[in-house]
Amino acid sequence: MISRIVLHICILLVFAPLPLGVINKTKALFAGRVGPPLLQPYYDLARLWRKGFVFSRTTTWVFLAGPVVGLVVPLLASLLIPFGGLAAPISFTGDLILFVYLFGLARFFTAAAALDTGSSFEGMGAVREVTFSCLAEPTLLFGLLVLARGAEKLTLNSLLGPQLFNQWRSDAGASLGLILVCLFVALLVENSRIPFDDPNTHLELTMIHEVMVLDHSGPAFGMILYGAAMKLMVLGGLLVRIALPFQTGSIPLDLLVFLGGMLGLAVLVGVVESTMARLRLPRVPQVLVGTTLLSVFALVLVLR
Amino acid sequence: MTNLLLLTVILINFFSLGSARLVACIRAVAMQGALLALLPVVVHGLSGHSVMLGLGAFCFKGVFIPWLLLRAIREVRIRREMEPYIGFVATLILGALTTAGAFIFSDFLPLAAEHHGGLFVPTALATMFSGFLLLITRRKALTQVLGYLILENGIFIFAVLLSEAMPLTVEAGILLDLLVGIFVMGIVINQISREFSTINTERLTALKE
Repeated sequence: MISRIVLHICILLVFAPLPLGVINKTKALFAGRVGPPLLQPYYDLARLWRKGFVFSRTTTWVFLAGPVVGLVVPLLASLLIPFGGLAAPISFTGDLILFVYLFGLARFFTAAAALDTGSSFEGMGAVREVTFSCLAEPTLLFGLLVLARGAEKLTLNSLLGPQLFNQWRSDAGASLGLILVCLFVALLVENSRIPFDDPNTHLELTMIHEVMVLDHSGPAFGMILYGAAMKLMVLGGLLVRIALPFQTGSIPLDLLVFLGGMLGLAVLVGVVESTMARLRLPRVPQVLVGTTLLSVFALVLVLR
Repeated sequence: MTNLLLLTVILINFFSLGSARLVACIRAVAMQGALLALLPVVVHGLSGHSVMLGLGAFCFKGVFIPWLLLRAIREVRIRREMEPYIGFVATLILGALTTAGAFIFSDFLPLAAEHHGGLFVPTALATMFSGFLLLITRRKALTQVLGYLILENGIFIFAVLLSEAMPLTVEAGILLDLLVGIFVMGIVINQISREFSTINTERLTALKE
């Protein structure tokens, strides 16, 4: 039990920044550049850890709580979700709701820390962030409900269990495909990726997530980056598991399938980022409402 | 395979309800027509009847009519639907509601046993409703034509269900009707745009001598 938890957290901590490196490399290839080395996110984190803190005089303890919660929450959430064939170490009935709302907690603290700085820019970013994520949340929940209907249970472990493989072949395969698309969109929103938000931009008017962490510096900023990377890994783990529901039974092989899927997903995100432009801000809610409707439709299909 | 086709058709319905760009809409409807042309072959197997039906539908719905519409767009120089009577998100939600309603309603219909629980009837109904919605909620004559096309696609799905019992001449007649309708609408669109230098149908409600 304890060894399982340690293994799970180790996998997460070691591999989390890698997909970010793959995404950046893919984007560089599309742009015809060499791009930063694959391990650049690791170097960035190491560099940020060596620096000192700079605090604005208007901030309180909330300002530091934001990055800390943002780092701890993906760790907790990762304990609830199976990594490919590796079963989640902690699972109980209804943990999918905890899974969804742990991210809500992290978002609350990030937004609170942004508001705590007292800068109007950060307030604007916080407003956008919570608006978009409250529209993305139903997509995630309905997607999980579709899976729950297939598994007839309410634990993430059984939702993403080996029965997925047969589900793809049955009539429910179509709705699985639908929620795969919807969850991919939700992943892009939650991780502030291009069609919704540009992680590289520093133009205040277009920023959503980046603007909230402008005042964080040094190790706190490192924590935020690390937390974001882990969030991508945890949500991506959900997607990869649905897309590749293979179970071999041996831990190294299952792990290999999962990590391969993760890197494939990172490449896919990179391709999407390179080939799409950012949506205009008023268009984003439309797209999110659309994906919510799609996941509701997937639910209607499996309920028939 | 059929289920996948029908699901894609429903997704294209949603897309055309929520998209403001006319070129993308026309391409989506062309795609829908082309997919539906595959349907008779997939459902009834390779027979002369179904291949004829599929080919005819593909030429008309997937290639010819979209080409006409794209040409019309080039001539009247419009790119997007500016302000529909009902907003895009609201139309999307309505479309989703009617789709769900179609699914529920088709469970109550006294269908033949082999059509129960299938996707055919609900998809046909949902596509027809989406076409209706597009017809009702948009101002531009061209988008209304697209709505009419989607409506016809819905009827076509029904026809495929009965295609064993439906002679080819009737099908051909329907396709020809459609083509004539599109032609007439194209001429009307051109006239409207020449008269008012816009193709909003709103202006037509206040006709004077």
